[in-house]
Amino acid sequence: MKVRVHVSLKPGVLDPQGRAIQHSLEGLGFSGVNQVRQGKLIELDVDEAVTDDQLDEMCRKLLANMVIENYRVERPEEKGTAA
Amino acid sequence: MSTFRSAVVTFPGSNCDRDMAVALEQVCGGEVHRVWHGDADLPERLDFIALPGGFSYGDYLRSGAMAARSPVMRAVADAAARGVPVLGVCNGFQVLTETGLLPGALMRNAGIRFVCRDVRLAVENTQSLFTAGYDAKQEVVFPVAHHDGNFFADDATLDRLEGEGRVALRYLDQVNGSARQIAGVLNEAGNVLGMMPHPERAIEQAHGGSDGRKLFESVLNALATA
Repeated sequence: MKVRVHVSLKPGVLDPQGRAIQHSLEGLGFSGVNQVRQGKLIELDVDEAVTDDQLDEMCRKLLANMVIENYRVERPEEKGTAA
Repeated sequence: MSTFRSAVVTFPGSNCDRDMAVALEQVCGGEVHRVWHGDADLPERLDFIALPGGFSYGDYLRSGAMAARSPVMRAVADAAARGVPVLGVCNGFQVLTETGLLPGALMRNAGIRFVCRDVRLAVENTQSLFTAGYDAKQEVVFPVAHHDGNFFADDATLDRLEGEGRVALRYLDQVNGSARQIAGVLNEAGNVLGMMPHPERAIEQAHGGSDGRKLFESVLNALATA
């Protein structure tokens, strides 16, 4: 089962890298970019037996730093319903 | 007192571990044990544990994140809970926040760039076992060399740290965007200190300054009088 974990900075946490990307986009002539926030996408291939709770624990214990980051777990079925 | 027994942990990618060991040997003397990150146990009866600077695990995922989950860190957390003094410098500070032994997080420097230079600091807390040898508000100069030294914590946490005297060191100039210019923080019990500047790189005049010496002397004195 392919699972995607999206890790993003919490609102209000300064993102210097996002700001640098925004400036670069402006430098390339793109206008109308109001804000850029950089996050991480972590893809996991896990056994079907791995539960939602276990995935949650993986995120809280390692994949995200809960002091500064939020995470969202995207499972394949969710992707299916979205399509 | 009996022989001073310290340990310096080496993670894959640590690069200030030898400097730390030399500083301990020269200032504190005694036995300096080198410990590997995969070791599940620390030497017995330690008086002091140092987590050195560097780029453990190549800063993969987040600086200090992988090292914080290494086997040796469980032993370090146990020792810290028993009251053993633990000092984390630079990457060691990042490891301590990632482990949860210290609050907050160290993010990318506000200016994006790696900062490598001497910085001026104020010693804010002179009651701790790490800083008792300094004068109140004493200005000291330590080198910094980091990319992720931007200390972040929410306002409630920052207020608590300030109120409890747990801000050990503060930058006197803007260095990396750290909240309230915090350079070093203590845990609640006062036996764990994390700091981005490098005291071990300032222990003799040949280093350009010896302001870091007092930190190691303070630890030694605290043990001698304990």
